[in-house]
Amino acid sequence: MTILKETRGGITRRSILKASAALAGAGVVTKVTGFPAIAQEKVTLRYLSTAVNQSPAIAAKAGEDLGINIEYIAVTTDDVAKRVITQPNSFDLVDTEYFALPKLLPSGNIMGLDASKIKLSDKIASVIRNGTVDGKKVGLDGTAPTEVLYLPDEEATEFAGEETGFLTLIPTTYNADTLGIRPDLIDGPVDSWAALLDPKFKGKAATLNIPSIGIMDAAMAIEARGDMKYGDKGNMTREEIDKTIAVLIEAKRNGQFRAFWTDFNESVNLMASGEVVIQSMWSPAVTAVRTQGIECKYQPLKEGYRAWASGFGLPVAIGDREKDAAYEFINWFLSGWAGAHLAKQGYYTAVLETTKEAMEPYEWAYWFEGKPAEKDIMSPDGKLLEKAGATRDGGSYDERMGAVACWNAVMDENIYMIRKWNEFIAA
Amino acid sequence: MDASTRVGASNAEKGISSGARKRRTSWTPAWVPYAQAAPLALVFFLFFILPLVATFVVSFWNYTEYSIEPAFVLSNYQDVFYGCFSGSPALCTTFATYLSTLKFVAIVWVATLLIGFTVAYFLAFHIRTLPMQIALFMVCTIPFWTSNVIRMISWIPLLGRNGLVNEMLTSIGLVDAPIEWLLYSDFAVALALVHLYTLFMVVPIFNSMMRIDRSLIEAAYDAGASGWQTLTNVIIPLVKPGILIGSIFVVTIVTGDYLTIGIMGGQQIASVGKTIQTQINFLQFPIAAANAIVLLAVVLLTIWGMLRLVDIRKEL
Repeated sequence: MTILKETRGGITRRSILKASAALAGAGVVTKVTGFPAIAQEKVTLRYLSTAVNQSPAIAAKAGEDLGINIEYIAVTTDDVAKRVITQPNSFDLVDTEYFALPKLLPSGNIMGLDASKIKLSDKIASVIRNGTVDGKKVGLDGTAPTEVLYLPDEEATEFAGEETGFLTLIPTTYNADTLGIRPDLIDGPVDSWAALLDPKFKGKAATLNIPSIGIMDAAMAIEARGDMKYGDKGNMTREEIDKTIAVLIEAKRNGQFRAFWTDFNESVNLMASGEVVIQSMWSPAVTAVRTQGIECKYQPLKEGYRAWASGFGLPVAIGDREKDAAYEFINWFLSGWAGAHLAKQGYYTAVLETTKEAMEPYEWAYWFEGKPAEKDIMSPDGKLLEKAGATRDGGSYDERMGAVACWNAVMDENIYMIRKWNEFIAA
Repeated sequence: MDASTRVGASNAEKGISSGARKRRTSWTPAWVPYAQAAPLALVFFLFFILPLVATFVVSFWNYTEYSIEPAFVLSNYQDVFYGCFSGSPALCTTFATYLSTLKFVAIVWVATLLIGFTVAYFLAFHIRTLPMQIALFMVCTIPFWTSNVIRMISWIPLLGRNGLVNEMLTSIGLVDAPIEWLLYSDFAVALALVHLYTLFMVVPIFNSMMRIDRSLIEAAYDAGASGWQTLTNVIIPLVKPGILIGSIFVVTIVTGDYLTIGIMGGQQIASVGKTIQTQINFLQFPIAAANAIVLLAVVLLTIWGMLRLVDIRKEL
């Protein structure tokens, strides 16, 4: 715990946090910096993120192309944020969601990335850079990446209101989430978020037990039903939180929900077993249900999508050698191969141009242009995802990302919201 | 929680055995027993006492979204009991959560006690040979060869809407539509908990039964006691410590359990552990610590109450 690279202040809140983490006997990985770098030794980047983002193929390919050793540290979404704050020198590169930034940045543990060292920084997708798709503004409720992308300088702890030369996170993957349904078990069309609370699906609906995301899905449903109108679904007032939770509690008491899920795999099991026919879902989960040969649709809804974006950040405690390697790795990541690898799992990527170059034309047409597949669509590991002729749910990139209504968020009233959410679970 | 019981139990054993050793080996220097106890004491101090003290201290701290700050505030405890003493007819979250937990504790305790006692009784008194007893005892432990998450998850394909039980019931025409309450319900949680923790009852009760002097049972028989009278007047009083130890295991584990309640209850049923987990995930360490301290107090009170019923030191 002693070899901390303090960049700001003396005794800070985070040093106390760190000390208390050590006190609690947490398994703290301390990196000893300052050893002379040995030129022949391969540099290792400890890459912290959720397991979903950690493809062994990307690590292998990066090792081959760059001679960088990628060491994955796989934790859950919440744990990524927790680890950045409590153990900031246990990783060299973090892949975290933009919505965590309002928590991470003030901790002073995340360093801005110098845009001039990122070759393709001006080619990053416009939906991330300025919240537009094809020149049109998308919904920016919640923590939209464009609002938290720029920093006034490398070591800032507050966001810049405008475009600057320093970026908080370089996008890795992003996507637009909606409800997943089992069309074979549902009569009639589903076209609105209101369906999540529709008594027609009593006992067969599910939602996430991740409060920050779950409450937004509920808000989409409540607003779609016409019960109330939100100022900003991603940043509710206490009154809005109270009303939302009241509606959820009522639905729960009426037996609307079969179960809640926190883990991606749980949502897959709920859907595949037929326990649930409609639920908040993530794109790769829909793919996972389908690869089991079970019909599952990622249903576009008229109110639009709830989007999320994830990106690379650097810890302030990073060593010089690792920092250079991290920039090199990020540049490589944006250059095409890695993007194409992720796009074939259904994610959208930071630099669309290079992704397109690295994909087969029929793959690009299916994943990004919403066209029917000319050939069978394979996953990166060679499993059949879709037969020739299928089209992607929701259509093209522009149709899907263009219809984003809100972004995953951390609210100002987060602490209050979590208390109310626990009330909902206990109801 | 189970750690705390273990400490209690082993401390008790330590006290007795080191006391005995002291009398036997009075020529060794007085510091020797302390040195012998030191490694374990050190381990407990580092990995049990210190974290516990830290948790207690942190429960009075302030926090924001991304930091915790040393302070002495009671706001975390006020938040834990938010709305509990406002006089409104609806139960506050914390009381509702503990009530729900208490319900499971009661159901699971009764069920594991009945099943555990029966199994132990059968093993101890109806199986005549020791090898057979050991063999059957091993059979009881087979489910423990795999992790408890897997044991829980195996219930899901069995109890689900399209699961084996429902398919069987519908195919033989007992029910028209699948029974929904088999999974993701109180029933499912209670079933899984009983399944998981019955062995914790069997082991100490079996242990107590094996120590019963068989001549006592013969004496009861000779004195004309019926089977039932022997059971209630001889066996049950003598296995009380076993029942108590088993009960402490079951009660403390169920009170702190949140995985089983989460998985089998479809996360729709609240548990204190889950509340703490959610708060930790959102970096609200101080309120999570306050919740943990309250939970610890509840568990310790329960154990204290149970120990008052049976003087376990005397019985051991």
